[in-house]
Amino acid sequence: MSLGRTFAVSLVGLTGHLVEVEAHLAASLPAFTLVGLPDASLAEARDRVRAAVSSSGMPWPNRRITVNLSPAALPKAGASFDLAIAVATLAAAGICDPASTSLAVHLGELGLDGRLRPVRGVLPAVAAAVAAGHPRVVVPTANADEARLVPGARVVGASTLAEVAHSYGAEVEVPTVLPVIQVHETVRPVHVPDLGEVIGQRAARWAIEVAAAGGHHLLMVGPPGAGKTMLAARLPGLLPDLDEAAAVEVTAVHSVAGTFEAGDGLLRRPPFEDPHHTATPAAVVGGGSGLPRPGAASRAHRGVLFMDEAPEFSPRVLQTLRQPLEHGEMVIHRAGGTARYPARFQLVLAANPCPCGRAVGKGLECTCSALARRRYFSRLSGPLLDRVDVQLEVLPVSRADRLDGGAPETSASVAARVARARAVAAERLVGTPWTTNAEVPGSWLRAHAAPGPGHRDLERALDSGLLSLRGVDRVLKVAWTLADLAGCDRPGREQVGQALLLRTRGQVGA
Amino acid sequence: MRAKDAVGRYGENVAAHHLVQAGWDVVDRNWRGASGEVDIVALEGDELVVVEVKTRRGTGFGYPAEAVTAAKLARLRRLAAQWLDAHDLHPRGVRIDVIAVVLPRQGSAQVEHLRGVVR
Repeated sequence: MSLGRTFAVSLVGLTGHLVEVEAHLAASLPAFTLVGLPDASLAEARDRVRAAVSSSGMPWPNRRITVNLSPAALPKAGASFDLAIAVATLAAAGICDPASTSLAVHLGELGLDGRLRPVRGVLPAVAAAVAAGHPRVVVPTANADEARLVPGARVVGASTLAEVAHSYGAEVEVPTVLPVIQVHETVRPVHVPDLGEVIGQRAARWAIEVAAAGGHHLLMVGPPGAGKTMLAARLPGLLPDLDEAAAVEVTAVHSVAGTFEAGDGLLRRPPFEDPHHTATPAAVVGGGSGLPRPGAASRAHRGVLFMDEAPEFSPRVLQTLRQPLEHGEMVIHRAGGTARYPARFQLVLAANPCPCGRAVGKGLECTCSALARRRYFSRLSGPLLDRVDVQLEVLPVSRADRLDGGAPETSASVAARVARARAVAAERLVGTPWTTNAEVPGSWLRAHAAPGPGHRDLERALDSGLLSLRGVDRVLKVAWTLADLAGCDRPGREQVGQALLLRTRGQVGA
Repeated sequence: MRAKDAVGRYGENVAAHHLVQAGWDVVDRNWRGASGEVDIVALEGDELVVVEVKTRRGTGFGYPAEAVTAAKLARLRRLAAQWLDAHDLHPRGVRIDVIAVVLPRQGSAQVEHLRGVVR
């Protein structure tokens, strides 16, 4: 038998394609060619596979070896094909049993010593393999926990190539080695800060609660040191756990990004991403050579994307956020193909009122010129701000606030109120594709949940040009969230007034 | 140097013997052309075969056939043309084979015949 075959998975975004790996041995001058649109890191697999087979104590077939990755037209990237290439080659050489290798999917990068190294994106890859009718999957030991999260997968974890080859009948000694452990690119903070640590800021705490309850985007404007960053970091702590479908999506994104620890199972808490304001569009949107990796916006899927010092971000970065804000996904076009990553995040922007940051209240201490002030804030473009439902000014904490007795409310009790309000909203939206007020389109709101007596205030704001028509819809959404929080069955005049206040940074009062 | 040449010479003898055993007609050996030397020229039926013989005493530095590089194959093609120029022989086809000979410390030589290595 001079033909061996097995399966692997190629990931394009979060979509996995089953790839058939065929190896053919011909009696000609020894050579090793890899065809089927491999990228640079995949083309290097030839050298890794060859060294790994020799190090594992198996003879390298002294033949002309042609490995084909089919479908040949699909671009393939990454080192996760190493194991499949090695297994197909060994099967073609008759060292492994070709009949049994063609039944399984193999994922994993090979070290020169024959050990299996973990790869990124195992969760979506295994899910794709199972969906394609190949539930038997061989993965590196370090990825086995992650692969087992996929229902219906029959996962075999292996530490070395020799171990895999032995299971297919190769006469080779299986060495006892320490399996390669997963090394993560980022260490996730385990500690989620508590709202009880924030002193004063009653208005801002309330706004955060509203944002959490309705899933509304949030803008905070205030001088340095007022507590904007502190407040934003505490928002994820108020959000409820992710449901099953969302948890799988979020985990898949983080698996591809390489920022996921499989030991604790699926990611169940909403993620929090805070890119620095020097971030490039590629860092936020996703990018990289060949097939792009998810950026900060996708890693914040179903969680919070916090942009501190928002006007300092480059305008291009801010503009790229308009697509995910509208559609909930990122579509990244590159030469290697088009990748889609989900990006349904809650946007939290924090900004100083002006470059010097002291233009609060009467702004007497501000040293910026009027032009500088206007330029600074105009960086946050109209279209972007128009999509932010809750906007508020965070004022410096006064001495009276600080001395205001009693311990501030903790995250747990606020989160309980948020959960109740979200449950009410979810019940109202049952049978629709949405679960939070922020997701509901205006047409549905007007048809199914017409506003009550507070409507006249809205009309007036619309007439005076303070709100766009979309703005009216957005105020209504916030008003519904306020009603859910207050336990009313529909928003009254009070809720609409408060929503207007939140939407317009206090320019229209209740 | 002398030991290496002796090994090469012995390997060529082994290869020629192998071809004769297989019923081939060895027409020339160690023919020198303008750009080098051809180890064996043989006829398999009416197809002319230029044979490169590569001999090694072990596989510690790789199999002998691995030492046949693309540059060497290109030279063999040129030499095949030069040989045909110099001789009055009109075969139906010409191809290049490689015979790899491994000479273990004990036991008989292992011969591997790779046919038609240039396509």
